[in-house]
Amino acid sequence: MSHDSVDKLVKMANQIGKFFVAQKHPEGVASMTEHLKKFWDPRMRNAIIAHVDHGGAGLDPIAIEAVKRLVHGAGAAASESRPDEHSFDG
Amino acid sequence: MTLIKEIDYGTPESKAEKLVTLTIDGTSVTVPEGTSIMRAAMEIGTEIPKLCATDSINAFGSCRLCVIEVEGRNGTPASCTTPVAQGISVKTQTPRLAAIRRGVMELYISDHPLDCLTCAANGDCELQDMAGAVGLRDVRYGYDGANHVFARNNGEVNFDWKPKDESNPYFSYDPSKCIVCNRCVRACEEVQGTFALTISGRGFDSRVSAGMDEAFMESECVSCGACVQACPTATLIEKSVIAVGQPEHSAVTTCAYCGVGCTFKAEMRGEEVVRMVPWKDGKANHGHSCIKGRFAYGYAQHGDRILDPMIRESIDQPWRVVSWDEAIAFAADRLKATQEKYGKNSVGVITSSRCTNEESYLVQKLARQGFRNNNTDTCARVCHSPTGYGLAQTFGTSAGTQDFDSVDDADVILVIGANPTDAHPVFGSRMKKRLREGAKLIVVDPRRIDLVRSPHVEADYHLPLKPGTNVAMVTALAHVIVTEGLVNLDFVKSRCDWDEFQDWAEFVALPNNSPEAMEMTLGVPAADVRAAARLYATGGNGAIYYGLGVTEHSQGSTTVMGIANLAMATGNLGRRGVGVNPLRGQNNVQGSCDMGSFPHELPGYRHISNEAARQVFEKDWGVTLDPEPGLRIPNMFDSAIEGTFKGLYVQGEDILQSDPDTRHVSRALANMDIVIVQDLFLVETANYAHVFLPGATFLEKDGTFTNAERRIQRVTKVMRPKNGYADWEVTQLLANRMGLNWNYTHASEIMDEIARLTPSFAGVSFKRLEEDGSVQWPCNENSPHGMPIMHIDGFARGKGKFVITEYVPTDERVGPRFPLLLTTGRILSQYNVGAQTRRTENSQWHSEDVLEIHPHDAEDRGVRDGDWVKIASRAGETTLRAKITDRVAPGVVYTTFHHPTTQANVVTTDNSDWATNCPEYKVTAVQVSTTNGPTDWQHQYRELTEHSRRIASAIDAAE
Repeated sequence: MSHDSVDKLVKMANQIGKFFVAQKHPEGVASMTEHLKKFWDPRMRNAIIAHVDHGGAGLDPIAIEAVKRLVHGAGAAASESRPDEHSFDG
Repeated sequence: MTLIKEIDYGTPESKAEKLVTLTIDGTSVTVPEGTSIMRAAMEIGTEIPKLCATDSINAFGSCRLCVIEVEGRNGTPASCTTPVAQGISVKTQTPRLAAIRRGVMELYISDHPLDCLTCAANGDCELQDMAGAVGLRDVRYGYDGANHVFARNNGEVNFDWKPKDESNPYFSYDPSKCIVCNRCVRACEEVQGTFALTISGRGFDSRVSAGMDEAFMESECVSCGACVQACPTATLIEKSVIAVGQPEHSAVTTCAYCGVGCTFKAEMRGEEVVRMVPWKDGKANHGHSCIKGRFAYGYAQHGDRILDPMIRESIDQPWRVVSWDEAIAFAADRLKATQEKYGKNSVGVITSSRCTNEESYLVQKLARQGFRNNNTDTCARVCHSPTGYGLAQTFGTSAGTQDFDSVDDADVILVIGANPTDAHPVFGSRMKKRLREGAKLIVVDPRRIDLVRSPHVEADYHLPLKPGTNVAMVTALAHVIVTEGLVNLDFVKSRCDWDEFQDWAEFVALPNNSPEAMEMTLGVPAADVRAAARLYATGGNGAIYYGLGVTEHSQGSTTVMGIANLAMATGNLGRRGVGVNPLRGQNNVQGSCDMGSFPHELPGYRHISNEAARQVFEKDWGVTLDPEPGLRIPNMFDSAIEGTFKGLYVQGEDILQSDPDTRHVSRALANMDIVIVQDLFLVETANYAHVFLPGATFLEKDGTFTNAERRIQRVTKVMRPKNGYADWEVTQLLANRMGLNWNYTHASEIMDEIARLTPSFAGVSFKRLEEDGSVQWPCNENSPHGMPIMHIDGFARGKGKFVITEYVPTDERVGPRFPLLLTTGRILSQYNVGAQTRRTENSQWHSEDVLEIHPHDAEDRGVRDGDWVKIASRAGETTLRAKITDRVAPGVVYTTFHHPTTQANVVTTDNSDWATNCPEYKVTAVQVSTTNGPTDWQHQYRELTEHSRRIASAIDAAE
């Protein structure tokens, strides 16, 4: 993905993080991971996962944690079941 | 088919529970106490002659035609103003009554022209009917004396005569035919609530007067047509009836403009619409309408409509008119080729919130079954998607909680970020009616909307907050409710999650959430915020109505949840008169969401990752569905610029004009290999399309719309589609060319499939809609006739969920370069991007978008009223004319987005709601300066549009 697109995803992820970090029940990181799984298209999730793999510059701590759980959770599984996704990663 | 004639009971229904039995002409009848004798008689089919009475307005008792005799009482009282009483015996026809009525009619007719044969109301004139009913045979007075009928009397100029007022493009006013029954004046007051009409003069000088004896167009008249509908003669009559004649058949259908969902009788002569008359039995509008629904249907016949399919290899070429076969084949082949080259997720669809449920359902089905992905979205994304998210989180369903009738029982109405009198006018009139009855009003809006102060309506509190601070406002209101002990603890304890409530209460009670701490942020005096919170919490039934001023923000979803918190904390849910009421923008925003248009959920709001839900569809459709959510509209644009999203089928939405940051959208569209636009006109998006598929109007197809109350109503075909196909048929052609084997022969079969696969729609069918008139979902075994009010005994999710609403200021902040905040909205006479209303006479009311600016800000910049000004943001710049007004606060400017030449969305940014990516239309930091004319962008865009709209002539095409 280009810098523009990643910047946008980083901004979106931080916006989401700001909401969940304020919640007390249930735990914010898990809720944010769930939100990304439910509403982000796999190509967006893969792009943000890749960004975190490269250090996650610009992301707030809660967003980094939430994205990391995607890697080890359903996000990765989803990518595995759909190998064609990787060709779109650009 | 015949002409539908509703029964006119003469006076409104009484809501009393106590019943009264009386005898009318020897027949016993039992009616609620407070019913008029006139209405009681009509209940048993006895039509007492009347002229000034009609059941949409209160009894007036002026015409004296409806006199009756009551045994044991003196005189001949008017039956419209005399209530029933237990045991009385009424006679409606005696020689004395007949003589009185004939005498009255004789006087009326002595000052009324006798041009019945050439009169436009011939065949639909109550005066004519009454002359017949009372047996009028002679008019002894003649016309030699003073009268209002003739321009000249005995060769002399008649100063009592007035010429017709033809100023309104939709109806004419002929004073010579007026019988001064006051029905128009009362309809304007009681039904519409505008108070534009009055009777000037007294006695023989009495005349209907618009404003201060002005022409209708110059008066405060909003052209809703209630007066025209109420008029018993040809005094106020539709110009279309004058032009065409009386209709011969009619069909009930649903308006295709806003989310109120008014139902109309389309009164026809052959396939020509004579007029649209609001249907009295319509549960959303009860026989009322606004200017758009009643009059602005002319776009359906407009010469700009494209009736033949067109294609082109690339967007720099002119369009080539082709057969349907060729266009569909071209579209399908390109979509397939795109998927082969870039993968199955490289194409998607946008369903229309203006098309029918059946059409939206098929478009998302094409994506899921045909493209095998979930790249489907709808224009609800850019308006009410935060409602979907926010209410689902807190209550367990995205549905608005009430029906419109519920407002009749509201004691305190809290309007946040909505402008009902402009954007939802028929509901706005209902609300004003309740306010005139004494309900209190709180308006939270940066701009002084009409509701804040208009005839006989005044807000108790107007909280003119700074754009972008909604979350701070709802949290400050909650702070007052919690810290001043105004929480309805019984409700919260029994209905909501107690732990979550305590966390929330602790959060809102923090000192930094108090109105005083937020005063600078909000720009609203803390005392007003406190007083408004107390009023909402303690004033009886509190009902919240909100619109896009809530949702279209970077924290739109948070505000929706904050609103739900307020309603739960005060126990204002689960009964009439209360609730959380999202006012949906377009006619079928609710329906398009219900139909599974969103990329993450199947019809009936079941998440795509839900295996059981997927299986239901997989079994029916014979394919395996992708369990991952697809792209939302803004994500589609980003992915298109990125190069991973290359094909789009858009049905009935003009994304280039309606979506924010126009330059970003146009870059995205230009990057695609195949853009298919299905619409009535060559809309702005079509500039970037390769295939144009002509669409059908709501008059040309069958189906259903679902309004803001979740009310499913029929759309009825009254003429053949000029383009040849209903929109669902076009989607079916495309789907079948893509290899799907669809065989729908009528829209009702699509609804049957929806009902079969969607639990909340299980009981819906065209048959049920015919029987019940309309149904509010959920409609299934538990509620076979639908559900007007939700969450009566418990929330859809079980316990109501309080959510913490931390205020996060938007990134869109004012600074030295962009010191003003732009917010956007609508105006009564135009609708959305104006594709329909601009092609009607409605443009006489609003021919261009203007920029509202406060006198201080204007003076600082040397801007005078009417000057051309440039408005610039970090996204782009455009020009329009300035209107100096204190409706907006200093620091805030406002405009509408109805006209493509203005391109207000060139200025709006790509900021969006954190949860749903709903764009932040309502807050853009801008600078305003004087200018000489259009910007370079506007020039370039006009050239591009002209270039792009070229259609090759037949000879060119043959070559």
